[in-house]
Amino acid sequence: MSYSIILYTVLMLSALGVVSAIILYFVAQKFKVFEDPRIDEVEAVLPGANCGGCGFPGCRGFADAFVKADDISTMFCPPGGNETFAAAAKVLGKEAIAQDPMIAVVRCSGSPEHRSRTSTYDGAQSCKIATTLFSGDTGCQFGCLGLGDCVVVCKFDAIYIDETTGLPVISDEKCTACGACVKACPKFIIEMRKKDPKGKRIFVSCINKEKGGVAKKSCAVACIGCGKCVKVCPHDAITMENNLAYIDYLKCKLCRKCVEDCPTNAILELHFPPRKPKVEVEVQPEKTE
Amino acid sequence: MLKTFTKGGVHPPENKFSANAAIENLPLPKQVVIPISQHIGAPAAATVAKGDKVLVGQVIAKSSGFVSANIHSSVSGTVASLDAVLDSTGYKKPAITITVEGDEWLPEIDRSLELKKEFSFTTEEIIAKVSAAGVVGLGGATFPSHVKLSIPKGKKADVLIINGVECEPYLTSDHRLMLEKAHELMVGIEILKKALGVEHAIIGIENNKPDAISYLIKIASEYKGIEVQGLKVKYPQGGEKQLIKALINREVPSGGLPIDVGTVVHNVGTAVAVYDAVQKNKPLIERVVTITGKSLPKTGNFMVRIGTPISQLIEAAGGLPTDTGKVVNGGPMMGKALNTIDAPVTKGTSGVISFPEKEAKRVPEKPACIRCAKCVSVCPMGLEPFLLNRLSQRKIFDRLEAEKVLDCMECGSCSFVCPANLPLLDYIRLGKGEVNAIIRARKN
Amino acid sequence: MNKLLAVSPSPHVHSGESTSRLMYNVVLALIPALAVTIFYFGIGALVVTAVSIVACLAFEFLIQKYLLKVKPTISDGSALITGLLLAFNLPSNLPWWIVVIGALVSIGIGKMSFGGLGNNPFNPALVGRVFLLISFPVQMTSWPLPIQSRMAYLDAVTGATPLAIVKEGLSKGEVMSQIADKIPSHMQLFMGAVGGSLGEIAAFALLIGFVWMLITKVITWHIPVSIIATIAAFTGILWLINSETNADPIFHLLTGGVMLGAIFMATDYVTSPMHPKGMWVFGIGIGVLTVIIRVWGAYPEGVSFAILIMNAFVPLINRYMKPKRFGEVRKV
Repeated sequence: MSYSIILYTVLMLSALGVVSAIILYFVAQKFKVFEDPRIDEVEAVLPGANCGGCGFPGCRGFADAFVKADDISTMFCPPGGNETFAAAAKVLGKEAIAQDPMIAVVRCSGSPEHRSRTSTYDGAQSCKIATTLFSGDTGCQFGCLGLGDCVVVCKFDAIYIDETTGLPVISDEKCTACGACVKACPKFIIEMRKKDPKGKRIFVSCINKEKGGVAKKSCAVACIGCGKCVKVCPHDAITMENNLAYIDYLKCKLCRKCVEDCPTNAILELHFPPRKPKVEVEVQPEKTE
Repeated sequence: MLKTFTKGGVHPPENKFSANAAIENLPLPKQVVIPISQHIGAPAAATVAKGDKVLVGQVIAKSSGFVSANIHSSVSGTVASLDAVLDSTGYKKPAITITVEGDEWLPEIDRSLELKKEFSFTTEEIIAKVSAAGVVGLGGATFPSHVKLSIPKGKKADVLIINGVECEPYLTSDHRLMLEKAHELMVGIEILKKALGVEHAIIGIENNKPDAISYLIKIASEYKGIEVQGLKVKYPQGGEKQLIKALINREVPSGGLPIDVGTVVHNVGTAVAVYDAVQKNKPLIERVVTITGKSLPKTGNFMVRIGTPISQLIEAAGGLPTDTGKVVNGGPMMGKALNTIDAPVTKGTSGVISFPEKEAKRVPEKPACIRCAKCVSVCPMGLEPFLLNRLSQRKIFDRLEAEKVLDCMECGSCSFVCPANLPLLDYIRLGKGEVNAIIRARKN
Repeated sequence: MNKLLAVSPSPHVHSGESTSRLMYNVVLALIPALAVTIFYFGIGALVVTAVSIVACLAFEFLIQKYLLKVKPTISDGSALITGLLLAFNLPSNLPWWIVVIGALVSIGIGKMSFGGLGNNPFNPALVGRVFLLISFPVQMTSWPLPIQSRMAYLDAVTGATPLAIVKEGLSKGEVMSQIADKIPSHMQLFMGAVGGSLGEIAAFALLIGFVWMLITKVITWHIPVSIIATIAAFTGILWLINSETNADPIFHLLTGGVMLGAIFMATDYVTSPMHPKGMWVFGIGIGVLTVIIRVWGAYPEGVSFAILIMNAFVPLINRYMKPKRFGEVRKV
């Protein structure tokens, strides 16, 4: 075999490569789109989870809008939190306003022992489909269906359905407060609430708007709208609407008085030190995680 | 060669057990629960108060818009409450509860069984009477009938189609009605023809009801311009668009209405209700309901007052057997499973079917679609259910809209044939809802 | 009544159709061809088929259980079909270890690497066969003679396939009338008394399977008919132009993998289009490519390549060949 063949092959291929490179260069120049380089910088700072918690389509979408926005006070990156947001603002030379850390809470405690089943659901595993079909497989038309739309939608693996209670459990460590589950829940059970530094929180774990008797009949731990908590609250943090108590997390000072007084244990306290043995405290499975 | 529609379709087992059971009157219940929204459109507004005495046929809730319908008391007695009551889906819906006392009818209602053939009403009078009587489509869709009779300006119908197909398995209420109220049906059709200004009417009946076909052909010869057409059995022939295609070979355009191809479709039950409303001044206060099921002690067809608890109907059929796993309101292909049997019979209840436990549960789904294309070949609308299912699950709603998800009429043929038992229709329905919401948002 | 009622979205009835019923009906449809091949090739056919099936099932099980860590689904019959079809595309004297490699490529690369049943773009059995054809060209193109090699496996007496004889003859400048003596008659081809891959030899047995699949509604007629019609038409035109340099259409239909490919390989659900319109495009494409490869290509046979090439177009066909929607507004 003559060496010239090898030589020609190598030369041909090299020439081809050079020509292609030149063409590529000019094409790239021609079709170049100018983009603010700060968009890339902001995107690099963001968590990159594309969770949509900011209201924009993915982190790139947020970065784009963020750089173009004149006023960034209404924008926030929930998963990234204050640190990330401050870093992103720094890229633009702006000051970020710190926001309270938030966390998702599930406002339903209707496990099978509290809430008896009235029918069985047999269809596609989707809360949304089940809701359009019927009120749910229990007597409570407001309660959690436990089919896990929130689990599916969570990009951070922070939610799972507890097998014994059939209710979603949100992990304190993993939840980034992106709000995807809040939007996904067709029963509007999940709410975003302020996260105390130690994770302490108190909330009414029920959204049943029925009158007391009806609510109690369908679920043993339903809010019956008795109003005891409203009276006992020293901070005016609790309001009563449609037979349902709601604790304003901005006013609540976590004194736990309402928890003790609630006749149906509908108010939950999480991550508090165990109190002196007096009242039976609802144990949440989260603690064992 | 009998006619049928051309695209797709399936043949579920017919199981029409109650086809030979004559219509019986169900005894009056002790209490009726009459929801104020039994039709498509705006709910009616209650016009009675708690404690009021009402007579049979009295208006208790007034239509609150053009697409809405009056609601009448189906019994005589006292209004017990106006509170929301659990309906068949388990949600609380506003309803009027009436405690039954005797059976006193409004005096203007003609209760005689005598056939009244002659009428001299104008189109407007007929529409007003139908509207006042609260007649809605009794095939199951419960669309207010007076709306269908009011043809929009610039459009014209040349033929009236009467739907006697009853393509849903199990159900026999329309079948019995055609056999037992044939003359009333014919006069009802004459009235509808007059209201629509058409000369010609065709009654479509699947040929699994040969007795109804031959009987109606005989009766129709006494009337002018009414034709009876036997059809090859295929589900979903009772779908409006499919029936039009089968009978007069016209295709309703995507997103259009039958009037766009010059026709209007009414159910046989509706035609009889129109007869009652116009000739007898009798509002829609009762309807024929089939009660059937493989393991029920007795199956039958009952004339039931609106608002009667379904549980009472079931009792008339000998009560639910212990192996019951599901009770469905409507046909097995499109009906809704009941959350509770205490829910009332409404204007749209064409049948109640009980399923034994072994047939009640869905067969567990297989992990994968093998792209066998059976769903595509059975879809009567020429859609691709496998694709719609996937797009809906992945939330790609713009493509879903482009793939004509809104043309889906939820007949269930795709889920019926899927060899992997995938819940195709569940997700398609979900996608339809989302796309509808997106379109509404776009308009605003 | 104390039992809870089930609530589910409509429909509340199901046809009873199941994936495994479809799969096992395909297996049943393959049995006549299997019987014929065992009649002609005896022990070799049995060994190759058995090894292929066992290997395919084993690889499917092992990959699902240990690699993907999901519940194995070997009972659904799909791996069984892949095994059978792979064997049908191999000569009966192929050493067992090559068959095992073929099975590994079929299941491992052809199917599982894309996500398992329902997701593979290419027919797994053909992926295996083409891999073997390119890797082991000698072993893959030595064809035992029928009947004579009943009692032999690796030591079978081999000969060329009719297609190879024709191709070689024509390339040497011979004309069809000279070659005609060397190739079997149409009747022999129809009955399968020729050399070739296990499953492709007997057209009549494959046609029985076709009828069975039509009766049980496993497949529709579109793909097989469109392929066969295209090949018949294309080779017919060539034959009419010059019957001395082109074999007749019946010969083309009855030899090689046309029947097997058209009836069993191209109709694989996963890798074929979903609508009749698309099926026609797919079938015509396979037919044209097959004839092009056979007449002008380097290989005497082109069915497997044609099917694989058209497999690649299936997503495009599905995307652009939509069924006619009901009430579609026609553009004037």
